[in-house]
Amino acid sequence: MHLVALTVVVALFAFVTVLGFVAARWRRGDLDLLHEWGLAGGRFGTVVTWFLLGGDLYTAYTFIAVPALVFSAGAIGFFAVPYTIIVYPLVFVLMPRLWSVSRAHGYVTPADFVRGRYGSSTLALAVAVAGILATMPYIALQLVGIQVVIAGLGITGTGFMGDLPLIIAFVILAAYTYSSGLRAPAMIALVKDALIFIAVIAAITIIPARLGGYGHIFAAVPTARLLPAPKQYAAYATLALGSALALFLYPHSITGVLSSSGRDVIKRNAAFLPAYSILLGLIALLGFMAVAAGIKPDAVYGAQWAVPALFNMMFPQWFAGVAFAAIAIGALVPAAIMSIATANLFTRNIYREYFRPNATPRQEARVAKAASLVVKFGALAFILALQNARQEAINFQLLGGVWILQTFPAVIFGLYTRWFHRWALLAGWVVGMVSGTAMAASQHFTAIYPLHVGSLAIAGYSAFFALIGNIAVTVLLTLVLDAVGVARGTDETIAADYTGAHVSVLDVARDTERTQSRTGTVTA
Amino acid sequence: MDVRHGSDVKPPRPARWRRLALLLLLIPFVGTLWVASYASLTPRLWGIPFFYWYQLLWIVISAGITIIVYAVDRS
Repeated sequence: MHLVALTVVVALFAFVTVLGFVAARWRRGDLDLLHEWGLAGGRFGTVVTWFLLGGDLYTAYTFIAVPALVFSAGAIGFFAVPYTIIVYPLVFVLMPRLWSVSRAHGYVTPADFVRGRYGSSTLALAVAVAGILATMPYIALQLVGIQVVIAGLGITGTGFMGDLPLIIAFVILAAYTYSSGLRAPAMIALVKDALIFIAVIAAITIIPARLGGYGHIFAAVPTARLLPAPKQYAAYATLALGSALALFLYPHSITGVLSSSGRDVIKRNAAFLPAYSILLGLIALLGFMAVAAGIKPDAVYGAQWAVPALFNMMFPQWFAGVAFAAIAIGALVPAAIMSIATANLFTRNIYREYFRPNATPRQEARVAKAASLVVKFGALAFILALQNARQEAINFQLLGGVWILQTFPAVIFGLYTRWFHRWALLAGWVVGMVSGTAMAASQHFTAIYPLHVGSLAIAGYSAFFALIGNIAVTVLLTLVLDAVGVARGTDETIAADYTGAHVSVLDVARDTERTQSRTGTVTA
Repeated sequence: MDVRHGSDVKPPRPARWRRLALLLLLIPFVGTLWVASYASLTPRLWGIPFFYWYQLLWIVISAGITIIVYAVDRS
């Protein structure tokens, strides 16, 4: 056991735990209301949103899984860089519209929007189910990240004692998420991001120096792994594009967007969040550094072991502790936001829709808090039960991408047009979900599927192929259903809702409150 | 649920400039998704193969484009 590193990690973990509970008092709101607990009242400005989204989007996937893929497969793993480049132009254009329409109608989840837009609670249910389903393995991936760090600290017990550190970390996480809601990960994200920046800057200066420079590092990698083969170009591009289209459909990303205080906050963040993408690119290169350092895959964690092993080899113990704490906290923040976001989905689009149509905001908040616990411990049980998921979790995450991307037509097209028929969207969703899952399953849950078009085989991201099928079915059935004259449902939104051109429900409520407290009168 | 005041609806801003600026946001897609155009080891920069530094450079270019579009959007 590495005592010094362990002490540093425990100390930093204790510090963020205190922050997590204190966060309940930050920008105080009534935490018994869902939009306060689950969206922090939607009052975060540019800086807090930058930290929150950075902490939310750059996860154990970034710090462990991407360098592991570069370590084991080479260039193809670098697709995460174009992915996190092209996602921001999409955010810039799409997310202000979603923010505005959500603010105008009090939507908390993407499924709320779909319900309002198409007047279909069934379609909303489909969006919610895909969201919950896709997020579960993503949370599990965060747990794997924490497990790898624990192993990196030299704690390698078997059985219950071996799992105990992870269980303790998760119980604490669950406790402060329960009590503080989204404020907890938002506040902890500040610490996380600071630690990550420090660790990465140290890593990319110290490690190449010790390995004799970047020239030496790349020379140590077999040339065949330094570039994608021409046959892999389509896979590379579709992995990047599919992942980018999927990212802001994930409930936790949308929760981050909706908690911001305005359209401008989102647009500014689309310009400044790429700072994290630079980190991601540099972290990806750690995979090659691990190759150059002569690190071999681990028996338990496989390639996931590359980064912790590299840190243990290259850093003094105390600093390895800082870097490990950065990764572990970096996994806790998104895990917290993901559990909050899926809890919001369950509460709004399943519980209130099907069990308690008249639920008060207080009941909603209570159910959401309980649901966040269920989601977290579900993911924990999943990881503990499937010990070999440690190596497979990356693939489950890519499967998550297959599922969440199937909500693209309903949510993103819906931001611009009502041309698509609600039942056509539902049918397209079913086709996308089934075909995407089948494609992934046929490849043992790896992301690349060799699609045969005539005699030509195109290897690409199965999520992307499934989306194309989804859209094709949606278009065709829209034409058919409209020709037959199947009812379309009512749209409760108007064009101005999407451009932020009018006053929102929340703002009016707040203004009224202020007027009342100032004048002491109640206005209608 | 809808609270709207007719007087609060702003007239749309001169939209042509903004529309054109939005097209700039397509550039990063071409730059990064056309893999064949940059799948090369040379020229190297500080020992880093072209494939890698080219994509890292695009992070900065793309952010710069977004900032320009944001500035046009606000003016």
